[in-house]
Amino acid sequence: MSLAAPNEVVTKALLRQVNVPGLDRPAALITLDNGLDHTKPNTFGPGGLTSLDEAITAALAANPAFIAVTGKPYIFCVGADITGLPLLADREQALEIGRLGHRVFARLKDSAIPTFAFVNGAAMGGGLELALHCHYRTLSAGAAALALPEVSLGLVPGWGGTQLLPNLIGIPAATQVILQNPLMQNKMLKPKQAAEMGIADVLLEPADFLERSLEWAAGVVRGEVTVTRPEVDRDMWAGVLYFARQTLDQRLHGAVPAAYQALDLLETAKDADFAAGTAAEDDALADLVFSEELRSGLYAFDLVQRRAKRPAGAPDKGLARPVTKVGIVGAGLMASQLALLFARRLQVPVVMTDLDQSRVDKGVGYVHTQIEKAVTRGRMDKGTAAKLYGLVSGSVDKSVFADCDFVIEAVFEDLSVKKQVWAELEKIVKPEAVLATNTSSLSVTAMAEDLEHPERVVGFHFFNPVAMMPLLEIVRGERTDDATLATAFAVGKQLKKSSVLVKDAPAFVVNRLLTRFLGTVFAAVDQGTPLDVADSALDPLGLPMRPLALLQLVGPAVAYHVGGTLHAAFPDRFGVSENLKRIADSGQPIVVDDQVNEEVAKLLVVGDQPLTAEQVRQNALDALAQEIRLMLDEGVVAEAQDIDLCLILGAGWPFHLGGVTPYLDRTGTSEQVTGRRFLPRGVASLR
Amino acid sequence: MPREVRDVVFVDGVRTPFGKAGGMYANTRADDLVIRCIRELMRRNPQLPPERVEEVAIAATTQIGDQGLTIGRTAALLAGLPKTVPGFAIDRMCAGAMTAVTTVASGIAVGAYDVAIAGGVEHMGRHPMGEGVDPNPRIIAEKLVDPSALVMGATAENLHDRVPHITKERTDAFALASQQKTAKAYANGKLQGDLVSVAIRDEENGWGLATVDEAPRDTSMEKLATLKTPFRPHGKVTAGNAAGLNDGATAALLVAEETARELGLPVAMRLVSYGFVGVEPEVMGVGPIPSTEKALRIAGLSIDDIGLFELNEAFAVQVLAFLDHFGIADDDPRVNPWGGAIAIGHPLASSGVRLMTQLARQFAEHPEVRYGLTAMCIGIGMGGTVIWENPNWEGGDK
Repeated sequence: MSLAAPNEVVTKALLRQVNVPGLDRPAALITLDNGLDHTKPNTFGPGGLTSLDEAITAALAANPAFIAVTGKPYIFCVGADITGLPLLADREQALEIGRLGHRVFARLKDSAIPTFAFVNGAAMGGGLELALHCHYRTLSAGAAALALPEVSLGLVPGWGGTQLLPNLIGIPAATQVILQNPLMQNKMLKPKQAAEMGIADVLLEPADFLERSLEWAAGVVRGEVTVTRPEVDRDMWAGVLYFARQTLDQRLHGAVPAAYQALDLLETAKDADFAAGTAAEDDALADLVFSEELRSGLYAFDLVQRRAKRPAGAPDKGLARPVTKVGIVGAGLMASQLALLFARRLQVPVVMTDLDQSRVDKGVGYVHTQIEKAVTRGRMDKGTAAKLYGLVSGSVDKSVFADCDFVIEAVFEDLSVKKQVWAELEKIVKPEAVLATNTSSLSVTAMAEDLEHPERVVGFHFFNPVAMMPLLEIVRGERTDDATLATAFAVGKQLKKSSVLVKDAPAFVVNRLLTRFLGTVFAAVDQGTPLDVADSALDPLGLPMRPLALLQLVGPAVAYHVGGTLHAAFPDRFGVSENLKRIADSGQPIVVDDQVNEEVAKLLVVGDQPLTAEQVRQNALDALAQEIRLMLDEGVVAEAQDIDLCLILGAGWPFHLGGVTPYLDRTGTSEQVTGRRFLPRGVASLR
Repeated sequence: MPREVRDVVFVDGVRTPFGKAGGMYANTRADDLVIRCIRELMRRNPQLPPERVEEVAIAATTQIGDQGLTIGRTAALLAGLPKTVPGFAIDRMCAGAMTAVTTVASGIAVGAYDVAIAGGVEHMGRHPMGEGVDPNPRIIAEKLVDPSALVMGATAENLHDRVPHITKERTDAFALASQQKTAKAYANGKLQGDLVSVAIRDEENGWGLATVDEAPRDTSMEKLATLKTPFRPHGKVTAGNAAGLNDGATAALLVAEETARELGLPVAMRLVSYGFVGVEPEVMGVGPIPSTEKALRIAGLSIDDIGLFELNEAFAVQVLAFLDHFGIADDDPRVNPWGGAIAIGHPLASSGVRLMTQLARQFAEHPEVRYGLTAMCIGIGMGGTVIWENPNWEGGDK
């Protein structure tokens, strides 16, 4: 059976005999290198593993003083070539991929000649697992990151990671690396952390990493360097995993099979011999390769890695106009956050205005405080801080906008207020200055209609907190021209946001879908479904938060306002919940310590037709499917992929759902509600 | 302000193995070579707090690309020395590193600072001789200098014309002896201590490690006799009796003697005097003769006081001219006892420190010797000489 993937970029294992001072015979140094620069990192497909196998054979044949594996500049190896996974024909092939990796890597573990990994750069997944098989590890302090990110995609570190890591660094740290970090926006380890955890035996500076690594290895071989590793505490094993399982249940409610498989494998690692452990990994890997969750995960990964970087429908980049000064109308909290973000990323003057000096001072003061905090926490150097202090200013006089190339407003969400702001501004700014609005639900077209130059108005919708959330909905009004749009995309990129082009439709993408979704939950509450039943009804999806927690984050008043806009536009699908208004009016939190606040709950007026959790969930999913189909038909975004991208980046919806359309497809919801799937079979699903 | 001139000592020196241009360092940056030397120098001398280094002078002849950007400063930064440590680039062609040493030594002597690093680098594979040069047209128009003065091999042929008693056979014999002495020194472990291993990489073989000089070769009088004379038809200068085109770097630690004692740094050599002198550019190889006379005069010494010589072997003829002038035999055991640039290589601006590092090791082996000298010829017609005193000398007080 051939596993060769037709498009594999083969990472070759290059072998060289190296004379190391102080040793009486050469060492074997294996370099992993796919022949491309560091932007195309080393990965392992079947061809790469075979090359490594051959290099190990040749290395052993020469009876070297030791065998060491290192990477190409900046990259050790970032793991398995996942692009080949969907091409595997059956479970047997998936098993074979697992076994091949195990067989080749095990040669480094079982070697009678000492083996070393010189982790010179980024090491992830299978790359890190290769290093774990070696007897010793040196690590460059300059390595970009170390991680076992498999669970984030829907896999497990199945080339020995789950068995080797806990027995090397202990179960608490291994659980963090294998489970917690991947599920926490795929957090990675910095070299210093990894070394402190015990993943590497020694941390060396990058300037002469390879020379020092070879020298260190020679010291180990000669017995002059003694490697001590703390003993792994085996008594806490079960307790740590019990706690990890509870946390998983609370967060994911079983929605991510990979996480549970990883948990089981970590349990196995305590007592199983290595062969039994790796056989269990092979099985888990084969199961997961043929899981819907993995296919959704790979689809989502591709959206975030690729589609997010090349927004569908964006005009030619060359049309973008330079932005050398930014104006922000308003100096409230949102405006101040925007000011800091623009100054930090664009490094151009940013000026805020407001109605009176005290508000302006407060806004500028907020920015200064945030800069100070960043410096205190060591996240910003003093030079950058000094520059930013100088870039951000405020004024009560709007004439400061005269030489701005880009002005964004963050004033009260009211169409007439915003129109008034633009009308006043148009007398001040240059005719080609872009006027951007951070409205979350108002019509960009309507906002621009009375202007002399409506073609320069564009929607620029951030998500809270603006510094953290990666999504930017860029809204094209009816008259927005390409140059304005191109400038908006260029600015979005400079802000390091992922921009999605959206039509000027009520509440755009994320807010419209979340509102529709929450609407069904509130409708169920209005009907008489107990709050806790409605709130936990979506648990099986493994969403980042429950509906009431989401409501609290958005703010009940904002949610009610957006709901009003959508109700006005689509009254038959978007209801107005009086109970939502009661929650908003109460001014109290609806959730306290993850529990429904009974004080608020008793204010609600409800019917006597409660739904089951399952009914609530199905209603919510049906509503999403219907709304997404309508949005695609209306042309709100180019494709279903953009809807998923928005939900992943703007609402934190998980990879295992693929955003949401892969999940709606695989549960049959889309076909039942709309008569058709969103994505063809195989795109984000099994065939 | 009255001030004393302070004694300056050579504490330690290191070098990379020297490569052949286009050879093992083909994919290695020049600055990385010198950075590696600085780091190793610091590592070998842990008593020296990095912030006590107050100057980094790095020489390169072709200060372009990875040998440009004020390489003394950038190499110091990239080597991880504190940002407060300044640095500069320096150039006197082949005597670049030698001039870096004499310059920082002068700074130390006059009290401007206590501790300095001096070294040099030349990656002749990445920066061939003559890269980017733009000679003033007046040189030809006014016949100021013969154009052959700009081609080092041609100046060696010119020198042969002036010293016809030095035959090609004699230069070949000297070259062969250089190779043999270097081979013997390697076999006896004399040279390895100076070397800093360097990570190297190429597309076919991945990473490797340079640990020995690439240039030394096994040769014979017969083989040497067959080599071409590229600088003149039927000439005398060949690739066999001249230093090759090489890549390499060096660095040394120069410290005020009182500071060395304070920090517990070893004293390998004490600077006695130095001299640089200009000669006719067409026969630049004679340069070390007047520069040595000058350094001896300043030191109040005669050639007979010198117990060890490290002479740069740019060309065998130029070393032999020096020896003839001072009445020293071609095979005098005091001269280049471990061979020289003909075998080891001569990455132009780096070589001066190699001479010093080897002299320092020989001083340690020869407590009966009080004074030694390092000397070299320099392009555009110059010579440079530094005279050193052996702190291990057992002959009595200074």
